[in-house]
Amino acid sequence: MVKRTIHGGPPAAHAIEHLADTVHADPALLHRGRFVDLEWLWEIGETPYHVRIQNGFIAELVRGPVLMRSWVFAIRGPVESWERFWAPVPKPGWHDLFAMTRTGRATVEGELQPLMANLRYFKDVLAAPRAMEDH
Amino acid sequence: MADFQPGDFEPITGRYVHLNIAGRPARLYFEEAGSGIPLLCLHTAGSDGRQFRHLMTDEDVTGRFRVIAFDLPHHGKSNPYAGYQDEEYRLTTELYDAAVMAFCDALALERPVVMGCSMGGRIVLHLAGAHPERFRAAIGLEAADHQQPWYDTDWLHRPDVHGGEVCAAMISGLVAPQSPEEYRWETLWGYLASGPGVFKGDLHFYRADSDFRDRTHLIDTTACPVFLLTGEYDYSCTPKDTLRTAKDIPGAEAEIMEELGHFPMSENPAKFREYILPVLDKVSRL
Repeated sequence: MVKRTIHGGPPAAHAIEHLADTVHADPALLHRGRFVDLEWLWEIGETPYHVRIQNGFIAELVRGPVLMRSWVFAIRGPVESWERFWAPVPKPGWHDLFAMTRTGRATVEGELQPLMANLRYFKDVLAAPRAMEDH
Repeated sequence: MADFQPGDFEPITGRYVHLNIAGRPARLYFEEAGSGIPLLCLHTAGSDGRQFRHLMTDEDVTGRFRVIAFDLPHHGKSNPYAGYQDEEYRLTTELYDAAVMAFCDALALERPVVMGCSMGGRIVLHLAGAHPERFRAAIGLEAADHQQPWYDTDWLHRPDVHGGEVCAAMISGLVAPQSPEEYRWETLWGYLASGPGVFKGDLHFYRADSDFRDRTHLIDTTACPVFLLTGEYDYSCTPKDTLRTAKDIPGAEAEIMEELGHFPMSENPAKFREYILPVLDKVSRL
């Protein structure tokens, strides 16, 4: 049971804790990610998370910081940005990764080819907490 | 809105027309439905005229308007220009203008209302300014006189990224979250199915060859009235961009559409008609 934040989505800690379960419960999403095999960095406010993907499954999710651990690309944004993004019906400007990057509410950096080649998959992983039940 | 059952035929008919566009032969596919005032509809970058199929099956529209939508060369069922394999496709204002005017001439359209979305919305601003005598009115959906580039379009056409997949994923966020899943994905299909480099080539027009900020104030809305409608979820052509543009055009009307994004006519046709029908009422009285 989790209450939604004042921003609309699940609290970030809850979203991350249950991310793998939510992603793994979605066969279409796993299929989209079947060729993805890499580690990326998802920074939620001050907290970095290392997310290792294997064939679309979240094989490992480690709360950082972990010194000297490498990643292919990083997606970063303040806690508020992600919690607004995860609202069941997000408001304009918080409803998409690129809506947030365009308005400075999130950033994307690093080697972007694997991200762009699997953009639908990664957008859906980022948005997966939106579907988490709040009861 | 029309509710079709198995066995029903839609009132839309499709044909091909041969044109000369800026000196090059072109074979264009177009669809139409209805009768009355011609309403020429221009699709977004990287997609095609199917985006207007809901308007073409709406009797509140087709009872008064002959709704027509063509696919630009390289789009939908219109072939690319001969020799495309050795060229980089790049749409320009000049080419776009030539395509629209050649199509109007070929169909002998008498002072149509021209309505375009996104890059189609951009070109209607040009058309209203350059050929006011040829159009009864201009309706710009997700339209503005300029757009600040906000991502590297090279991602849209390179061999290590699937073009259709990345184009659809890029624009997916421009669909409002309230839009029905079926129509969201139908809209994305236009991008998933687009030819290699076509979306990127259209964005050459949209980003590099259509900064109209220095001329929109010259549009004479007494000769060609201008109406602008933009969805609140559009972060490509933002409501702010549209309102700024409308402010520069004396007499232009603008409205921000709630719960809609960058593809109002295809992503949520039921919601869109709440906004477009009053505008069509106005232009039918002109």
